[in-house]
Amino acid sequence: MKIQQILEILQGELICGTKALLMEEIDYGYSCDLMSDVLAYVQNNVLLLTGLVHPQVIRTAEMLDIKAILIVRGKSPSEDMIRMANERSIVMIRTSHSLFTASGLLFQHGLLGEEIAHDEIHL
Amino acid sequence: MKFTYEVEGNEFIDAGVASSKFKTALQQLGIPSTIIRKIAIAMYEAEINMVIHANGGEILAEVTPTKIYVRLEDQGPGIPDIDLAMTAGYSTASEQARTMGFGAGMGLPNIKRYSDFLQVHSEVNVGTVVEISFDL
Repeated sequence: MKIQQILEILQGELICGTKALLMEEIDYGYSCDLMSDVLAYVQNNVLLLTGLVHPQVIRTAEMLDIKAILIVRGKSPSEDMIRMANERSIVMIRTSHSLFTASGLLFQHGLLGEEIAHDEIHL
Repeated sequence: MKFTYEVEGNEFIDAGVASSKFKTALQQLGIPSTIIRKIAIAMYEAEINMVIHANGGEILAEVTPTKIYVRLEDQGPGIPDIDLAMTAGYSTASEQARTMGFGAGMGLPNIKRYSDFLQVHSEVNVGTVVEISFDL
């Protein structure tokens, strides 16, 4: 799914990202407010859906080569976050939907969830 | 080739700068992206630990033809029980660490998972040395 489609499905607000970046493809979605778990479980090219607004969200995305972040529940990223995302060519979109609803809408349109590898870490 | 980075303590916004710089350096050296990703994740987790638990420290990273070695040294409170700290889900992180999306007790298990070698030396009230390496 192209990032542009994600923006349209969620009627989201584009916070940062060029037109060229919106044409990038995303393979899966991963919804999480806990960056430790994002680092533990994301292995593919995902859209990160999160309600956490903190510069470490951008850092986490950077380490995992995540191309796009969807901020849910209408939260506003700080200027620091926007600057960091721009510098790393990471698209940020905001939606007023909850994490559940945003995930559900994207799933309904064919964006599947990242497989988590719980068998590798014994919780 | 050696790289050194100073990590500031309790700078929750800047935490990860060293990992970000080293990731860029590895990209410039032409290291395969699948390996860079593993190193970036492991080093970032270790750097976050340093910021939230130990008031910062120093990172030495070395690139050789066969492996990449990262050593993180701090003068923090130390880890009384390393086996316990290695347990997924065990955490002593502050509320502030949790507000930035960390403190789930996944740091050390994640580092172990992504690296080819992990060794933690720690002495209470003296500090901790975390050594991580990745085979090329």
